[in-house]
Amino acid sequence: MTWDSIIQRDAPAAPSRVTVSPDGTRELTYLEAIKDALQYEMRHDPRVLMMGEDVGVFGGAFKVTQGLFEEFGEDRVIDTPMSELCMVGAATGMAFMGLRPIVEMQFADFISTGFDSIVQYAATNHYRTGSPVPWVIRAPNGGGLRGGPFHSQNPEAWFVHAPGLKVVTPATPADARGLLLSAIRDPNPVIYFEYKSLYRSVRGFVPDGEAGLVPIGRANVARAGADLSIITYGAPLHEALKAADELASENVSVEVLDLRTVKPLDVDAIYATTRKTSKVLIVHEANLTGGVGAEVAALISQHAFEHLDAPLVRLAAPDIPPPYAPVLEDASRPNKQKILDAAKKLLSF
Amino acid sequence: MEFSPQLLERAHYWMRFTRAFDDRLSALFKQGKLVGGLFSQIGHEAISVGAALALDDDDVIAPLHRDVGAYFVRGMTPARVMSQYLGRETGPSRGRDVNMHGCGDLSLNIVGFISHLPQTLPVAVGIAHAFKLKREPRVAMNFFGDGASSEGLVHEAMNWASVFRVPMIFIVENNRYAYSTPTARQMRVENIVDRAAGYGMPGVVVDGNDFFEVHETTVQVVEHARKGEGPVLIECKTMRMRGHAIHDNMSYVPKELLAEWEQRDPIARLELRLREMGLLDDAKQTELMARVVRDLDAAQAFAENAPFPDPAQLTQGIYAV
Repeated sequence: MTWDSIIQRDAPAAPSRVTVSPDGTRELTYLEAIKDALQYEMRHDPRVLMMGEDVGVFGGAFKVTQGLFEEFGEDRVIDTPMSELCMVGAATGMAFMGLRPIVEMQFADFISTGFDSIVQYAATNHYRTGSPVPWVIRAPNGGGLRGGPFHSQNPEAWFVHAPGLKVVTPATPADARGLLLSAIRDPNPVIYFEYKSLYRSVRGFVPDGEAGLVPIGRANVARAGADLSIITYGAPLHEALKAADELASENVSVEVLDLRTVKPLDVDAIYATTRKTSKVLIVHEANLTGGVGAEVAALISQHAFEHLDAPLVRLAAPDIPPPYAPVLEDASRPNKQKILDAAKKLLSF
Repeated sequence: MEFSPQLLERAHYWMRFTRAFDDRLSALFKQGKLVGGLFSQIGHEAISVGAALALDDDDVIAPLHRDVGAYFVRGMTPARVMSQYLGRETGPSRGRDVNMHGCGDLSLNIVGFISHLPQTLPVAVGIAHAFKLKREPRVAMNFFGDGASSEGLVHEAMNWASVFRVPMIFIVENNRYAYSTPTARQMRVENIVDRAAGYGMPGVVVDGNDFFEVHETTVQVVEHARKGEGPVLIECKTMRMRGHAIHDNMSYVPKELLAEWEQRDPIARLELRLREMGLLDDAKQTELMARVVRDLDAAQAFAENAPFPDPAQLTQGIYAV
């Protein structure tokens, strides 16, 4: 069975119609927003090119790059050998020579095969030598597609720990486009984690042209509230928002802070929401130990402790490889019900 | 191939200078003035200088820690390299990276290496790939060793370079030992260059202690790559004449082997040839050696008087802005 067939089965097909609102924004799926950013930037900046396994003629394992090979040709949408380590190193070399390469990891899980080229060479280069390394790695992240242990991982914390990288994790179509444009224009190596489970399941209005750039390092209050803060990023944002909706019907006002960038963290936004609600639930899809949530919790403990009315709570996947069987995978991922349970417990503290 | 007197004089100066630089660093280490490790390149002068002299200014080179001569030939001043060794602000990494690591300068088309060998290999391949995409008549040249040749990344990089037919020259310096491990523990083949066939690229073996052979071969290979005929692997046979680094007395290397290679010293061979060609006599030799010492003294004085980096800037520069 090919990955295509799994994707077709698990997610509804992308609509062909694009709705344009009166203010010029278009309603796009998360996947269409990513492709829109790639296409926009490649049309406007001849230095930008893409490479990866099956990204060209085939249009990518998830069809994110479909049609780009036809538009930009084989010199700018490059089908590569199966060589992630070399691919990232080559991207660094191309960046040194004035190009702006975007590397697609077919799945975020495979990024570990390029690890040295990312964390040892590229990430340290500017500090060591003063030469910028402007590349982007796109990494389809997370579970929900029944991909099992090696097609469902959320490896962002590895890169958060490595000095010199920036790491972004958009959860909405507007942020997917806005952060990708910012990542491509950033003079540093940026790892852009995009969520497979959101590709075709999430739609939203997305600005066009130069509008809607989302700065790296800026969180977003996805929903304002007063009684409890949920700090999250990536796919679980949507579960958090559903939980917040449900709690609203019980007269509980939940604030949802979408980090959007997990390195560098928007510490001001983290402290602001802590001061506002005094109760903080941190949610992520990656496993718990040493995760982004640990860093967020430590920062709050150190710098906003006096504003807390309750212990910090983290909700994350257990420390296991992502399991395959649907009942196991569903049991491992944060969802609306788990968020509700954790929120209610925290509210009653 | 014709070797002009100017080229030979330049080669002679830099090979002599590189050896003297090496000796001077050893002396500084023994005086406790060098922090960190020190890698000797003695015996590698013909490779580093001979290959670097085959490139144009626009070409990019990615040398290793035993290719100090290549840095000098390409315009990295001895004062800067000495500063790097002494951890000064005036070194190419401004005190951030150690000895020859991170000793690159893109404005000179030199790419620095890191300890994770051969991590510059894919970077150089990407540079060569960029030249091809931008249709620029430039080439990239990368050095790696017999030890690194056992790393999987060599396979990825050589395969990639060949698939995309990029203008890339791979130079493997087979100096028979990777730290204490002899090549017999790295591979079952006699020649690393035999692997070139597996990537569909030409490979050539040269005597790495013969400046003339190294230079002539690299000139031809650079021309081949520049014409768009794809990458080439050159294996330079040589011998590491000192330990892995200065702390290592290399008790594991048979004395007879070293004695045998001592007879093939690249500088002695170059000078013999120059005398045979009528280009060198005692007076010229004395003049050159005096110039080497004078330039070396100046580099050392510069580095020793240069400031250390400012600890107040410790966390600056982690990101480009």
